[in-house]
Amino acid sequence: MWLMALRLAVLSLSRNKLRAGLTVLGILIGVAAVVAMTALGEGARGTIEGQLGALGVNLLWVWPGSNTSSGARGEVGSAAALNEDDAQAIARELGTIQATAPILGASAQVVVGSRNVATRAVGSTTDYVRVRSWGLQRGRYFTEADVRTAAKVCLLGETVRQALFGRADPVGETVRIGRVPCTVIGLLAVKGQGSFGQDYDDTVLMPITTLRARIRRASGRDVDQIMVSARDAAVMQRAQQQVIALMRQRHRIGAGEENDFIVRNLQDIQSTFEKTRSTLSTLLLSIAFIALLVGGIGVMNIMLVSVTERTREIGIRLAVGAQARDILAQFLVEAVVLSGVGGVTGLALGVGAGYGLGKAMDWAVRFSPTAAVVALGTSSGIGVVFGYFPARRAAQLDPITALRHE
Amino acid sequence: MSDGPVIAMTAIEKSYVTGEVLFHALRGVDLTIHHGEFVAIGGPSGSGKSTLMNLLGCLDRPSKGRYLLAGHDVSDLDADARAFARNRLIGFVFQGFNLLARTSALENVELPLAYRGTPSRERRRRAAQALARVGLGDKLNNTPAQLSGGQQQRVAIARALVTEPRILLADEPTGNLDTATTEEVLELLQNLHREQGLTIIMVTHEADVAACAHRAVTVRDGKIVRDDKLPSPRQAGALREVG
Ligand SMILES: Nc1ncnc2c1ncn2[C@@H]1O[C@H](COP(=O)(O)OP(=O)(O)O)[C@@H](O)[C@H]1O
Ligand SMILES: [Mg+2]
Repeated sequence: MWLMALRLAVLSLSRNKLRAGLTVLGILIGVAAVVAMTALGEGARGTIEGQLGALGVNLLWVWPGSNTSSGARGEVGSAAALNEDDAQAIARELGTIQATAPILGASAQVVVGSRNVATRAVGSTTDYVRVRSWGLQRGRYFTEADVRTAAKVCLLGETVRQALFGRADPVGETVRIGRVPCTVIGLLAVKGQGSFGQDYDDTVLMPITTLRARIRRASGRDVDQIMVSARDAAVMQRAQQQVIALMRQRHRIGAGEENDFIVRNLQDIQSTFEKTRSTLSTLLLSIAFIALLVGGIGVMNIMLVSVTERTREIGIRLAVGAQARDILAQFLVEAVVLSGVGGVTGLALGVGAGYGLGKAMDWAVRFSPTAAVVALGTSSGIGVVFGYFPARRAAQLDPITALRHE
Repeated sequence: MSDGPVIAMTAIEKSYVTGEVLFHALRGVDLTIHHGEFVAIGGPSGSGKSTLMNLLGCLDRPSKGRYLLAGHDVSDLDADARAFARNRLIGFVFQGFNLLARTSALENVELPLAYRGTPSRERRRRAAQALARVGLGDKLNNTPAQLSGGQQQRVAIARALVTEPRILLADEPTGNLDTATTEEVLELLQNLHREQGLTIIMVTHEADVAACAHRAVTVRDGKIVRDDKLPSPRQAGALREVG
């Protein structure tokens, strides 16, 4: 019975290709959206997890400022900045901490001959390499002495190197950062892309003192942020609490008063990102769901039309001995095949779109078989649900009435 | 099965509700038909001939009365049971042929067997055989659109016969055909009756068509008003030379 129904379904649909094609558009789009979307979503999550993992799960960031950005608190001057001493104190006094790196940043134009590139200059101490566990392709890091003397030296990220030197070795060359000529002493290892699409390799690294005095033309010991690496992931929670306590003490923040700094760990950042991502997925999934629903209604509509058009055929089948369930099966299978075709095409389109988008936007895609199964299952399910009513209507026809139908 | 009549109808009534009105299309029909009979049912238009045929063919259910088909009481069967009875016991031929469009003669004839679950090779063999029997052995792959009216009706007869039914019911089988093809179809029915002992019940309101049967039943206002044996049925095909 089912085999016969399947044959009839294929026959009937192939006689009305255009109509079938238009009918399944909704389902096709819905399934394609689900597949492409989950592939991109999964890909993004994979990338983020991978990169956060690569960064190290035991990193903490300390920024100046407060969680409540209400302008009421903090008169000018009391918005206490972080400084290098804070960084040193955290490293020195807390047993849970492995190393800290004070960080200053500046946008910078880097020039060599006629070539130039806009990038981000990062100034830090020698501990930066330990905190970020960032290796070298060539050359060397700057030394304590370089930091002490604000030496005009720098290390290039791979992206900057390619922009300025192509594949050539930049070590030993002199580049101008802003107006400061610096000797390139090293080439950083390739880090790749960050969680939010930023390019880690699009950077130049130099002693914090050099950046402060020569590029920012500032003095003092203030820093933009402090990166802290805990001994291991297990002590993260404790390390974060200790950092907060120590900073409160150093900044003389009384009980009940709010912090004038923010401490964040990777999980916080990750969960913020996850939240955004899941909101976005929910939104897209509801759109996909609506497309599927509309597609289902389209299937139902076309099946009702089909049943009406083929009333005489149904009458003939009933007259020669088809049972109600034979007719039900015929039209139900037709609806399922119809939406299934939409599902398969949608799957193919979704894979194509996901892959193409990923390629065009340079996003990672990860196709999960579960998504494919769900998409196909959903589309077939739509066929069953929305095909049932028309099919039952066909099956309940009276043979004489059906035969008289014109 | 039993040696009793193929058809035994007693006090059959059929009424339709149209709007507020109850219309009695059949008002107490008694009809007994034995194996091997060739019966013509005649009567004016609207007298209830088709209604009677639909009941005989288990396409519909009587409002009252008892109908024994090949010894089985089929008066009160549900839709699926009637479908089963149609498939196993009855071959039905319609005025309007009722073939599936865009479907080959062979597949049209296979249809009743398909709903019996006959394997496809067996189905094809028997369908081809049935088509050969009605003289269309060379038109297996023609669709209805590629066949003349007479040929289409012969495909329909082949479809009715492929299941080897107990009775062949034909409701105005020649109503849509011209004189020549009418004779062709009648000749075929007469041959099937004579050579294979097929029981045939045929509705017609044309006297010279009815004259080909061995028994003529006349219906008027939902009742059987005459039931005559025809001692010397007209041989179909004879008219062909004349007109
Ligand atoms: N489904 C129906 N609903 C209402 N009235 C019907 C129906 N079928 C037949 N009739 C009525 O029953 C009477 C007999 O019809 P029918 O058996 O088709 O006559 P005929 O002898 O011409 O074949 C007619 O008056 C017709 O209008
Ligand atoms: Mg009639």
